[in-house]
Amino acid sequence: MLAVEMRGITKRFGNFAANDGIDLLVEKGEIHCLLGENGAGKTTLMNILFGLYRADEGVLKINGESVTGHSARKAFQMGLGMVHQHFMLVDALTVWENVVVGNEPGKFAIDRKDSIRRVQEISDRYHFDLNVTEKVSELSVGMKQRVEILKTLYRGAEIIIFDEPTAVLSPPEVLQLLDIFRDMKKQGKTIIFITHKLNETKAVSDHVTVLRAGKSLETVATADVTVDSLASMMVGHDVSLELQREPSRPGETVLELKNVRLLPNAQSTVSMEIREGEIVGIAGVEGNGQKQLEELILGFQKCREGSIYMMGDDVTRWSTRKRCGKGIGYIPSDRHQRAILPGFSIQDNYLLGNQFSPEYVKNGMIRRKFLHERTLELMKAYDVRAVDEKQSAGSLSGGNQQKMVLSREVGKDTRFVLACQPVRGLDIGAIRYIHEILLDLKKKGKGILLISAELTDILQLSDRIAVLYKGEILAMRKNEDYTTDSIGLLMAGQKGGQ
Amino acid sequence: MNNLMQLISLNMVFTTLRLAIPLTLASIGGVFCERSGIVNLGIEGMMLFGAFGAVAGTYATGSPWLGMLVAILVGGLVGLLHATLCVRFRTNQAVSGVGINIFASGLTVVLCRAIWSSDGISGDVEQIPSVTVPLLNKIPLIGPFFTNQSPYLYFTVAIVAVSWFVMYRTKVGLRLRTIGDHPKAAATAGINVTRYRYAAVVLCGMLCGMAGSFLSIVQSNLFVKEMVAGRGYMALAATIFGGWNPLGSFLASILFAFAQAIRMNISLNIPDQFLQMIPYLLTMLVLMGVGRKVKGPQAAGDITD
Repeated sequence: MLAVEMRGITKRFGNFAANDGIDLLVEKGEIHCLLGENGAGKTTLMNILFGLYRADEGVLKINGESVTGHSARKAFQMGLGMVHQHFMLVDALTVWENVVVGNEPGKFAIDRKDSIRRVQEISDRYHFDLNVTEKVSELSVGMKQRVEILKTLYRGAEIIIFDEPTAVLSPPEVLQLLDIFRDMKKQGKTIIFITHKLNETKAVSDHVTVLRAGKSLETVATADVTVDSLASMMVGHDVSLELQREPSRPGETVLELKNVRLLPNAQSTVSMEIREGEIVGIAGVEGNGQKQLEELILGFQKCREGSIYMMGDDVTRWSTRKRCGKGIGYIPSDRHQRAILPGFSIQDNYLLGNQFSPEYVKNGMIRRKFLHERTLELMKAYDVRAVDEKQSAGSLSGGNQQKMVLSREVGKDTRFVLACQPVRGLDIGAIRYIHEILLDLKKKGKGILLISAELTDILQLSDRIAVLYKGEILAMRKNEDYTTDSIGLLMAGQKGGQ
Repeated sequence: MNNLMQLISLNMVFTTLRLAIPLTLASIGGVFCERSGIVNLGIEGMMLFGAFGAVAGTYATGSPWLGMLVAILVGGLVGLLHATLCVRFRTNQAVSGVGINIFASGLTVVLCRAIWSSDGISGDVEQIPSVTVPLLNKIPLIGPFFTNQSPYLYFTVAIVAVSWFVMYRTKVGLRLRTIGDHPKAAATAGINVTRYRYAAVVLCGMLCGMAGSFLSIVQSNLFVKEMVAGRGYMALAATIFGGWNPLGSFLASILFAFAQAIRMNISLNIPDQFLQMIPYLLTMLVLMGVGRKVKGPQAAGDITD
């Protein structure tokens, strides 16, 4: 029995076919992966399924029933639920309030007791480990996602679509989510899992449908394919996932932390140094002091204990501007908040952080000609794909935005690069490209501190790895001296992970 | 010493309560409006329209009670105007609000001239009389609260209680709070965001209209141009200071009213101009203090979805 049957779905926006004759057949009670790069048409297809868009051509059946021109409300009624990538939650409300809103028990006044009981009951049935009277603002990202899942289950969803659910999660949270998938499947739910992550696809799904450039390839049983073959199906040509990492040739120290306290209640302080020509990776589950480390180095946070040195100077009391003058290439973890101005043109974005450089600004006036030439040069060198340099930065894809940021930051005369979550939310092609750039920068003798929640990033790129746990460094060793298991144990706080 | 005693006299309590009535009504209107995601800088103007509507309605019908209804109706219509501009036409909410204030200043004066042929002042009309509640007024201690008071006092207390209940105990309130913080989440939960916004802004207008009528046909018996005199902005401050909560708005309004009452009840050897500043200074100080701590509707002012 098919839960979802989509045949020959075509959707055009102007001349551009976002979906071009896509077939998607999802069996009832299975976990079905929709695999594809950003822009392959996954979101459009799901919006059609959900009734937010109408397909130009094709047949859509839900539970064997043919539907045309349905609305999102109708989709709800037919048992469809969607867990969005960007959470649809109100932080100021409790878990149960977020779950029941729009569908509250009671006539005019809400029946609190009944609401709490019903929501808690669903949470417990799926082992969500949630206290439904807690405020959503108190929850971790992983727990917030469970609230989103609860919302769909509360509404009686039988077919649940997850739009890139693991993009925001740390590795242990990903594993927990996959367990929840299996649990839901056991209880008869059908899951459509949209992703571009191959390992997760392989680990949890029954079938995979690969989308590429708006077309669907054959649906395959997950057991019959390897991760490598999935990768080449998705990208359209062979990709080697292995990177060539050259041995480091460390030179002078570019950044040194001495007894810096990251978190107020950390058991010990942090000391480390980064030298030219090496990449030092910070592994660890998010929320263990990575953000503080990033902000302390840049000077967004006051360093209350310990000292920070850059290229030999004690910068502990320096302002951010002065530190940047020393030459930091900075790739912020929060791209939208700190790295780009989405409404400004690409060219104006290239000025960001260079506004004090005499090359860019003379007598208080922007040297537009220089900026223009430099923009074009960097866009070309780093393959930033856009209509032109006047396009708004916000309209670029995530990968191109990050290439823009990276090229701007390393285009400066810097010896030190701080790369925080540099590949978050990017597709395989862009990730690979960013990785190559970082390795190339190292070859050119720059010192790089890489903070990433993706363990694969850290293991592929770093020469030395520090494991951060509750604001302290549990281990700082050469990459070769770790195994995937030992680093996993350390990330979970077990010191003996040899 | 004598001055201090005056501060806590019964007279002071009643002056404070009386002054708190228009602030409370308007700021609760502000709570509903902002919770739906619409910022309302037009409270001042809505109150002014209400004050005028009450006098004009009383003048036309001869009944101050009908005058009050006219004030509520006029306020509601101005609310509908603000809602239409903000929701339907996506006008900048600050511009629409300030526009309503300017519109109110101008139109009320013009209409005054048309009806009473005088410059910015109406003729005298009948007031809404004070009431004494039988039996309750005999109870010691609380008796004075039921003796010779404006019925608006009881309306206001009832409106505070009902508003709090609606906001925190009912479906409507939960949905409204969701809309103000995350309109998309509300929309995906099947809530008609637009309808709630219209309703909330119209309700706000009605409450502001009622607040204005208190100034013109309860505290006074005529309309004078600009008679709201900044109380609308003070009410907006009470909305924020009260944490977008009807009960909080009430308490904040009482605090602001107390500051006004000081001037009326106490004779100090300070130039009156300084005493007049007290409520406004207090408003600014309070906003500076709480501005960052109180978290309001996250999506207020933003309806780009």
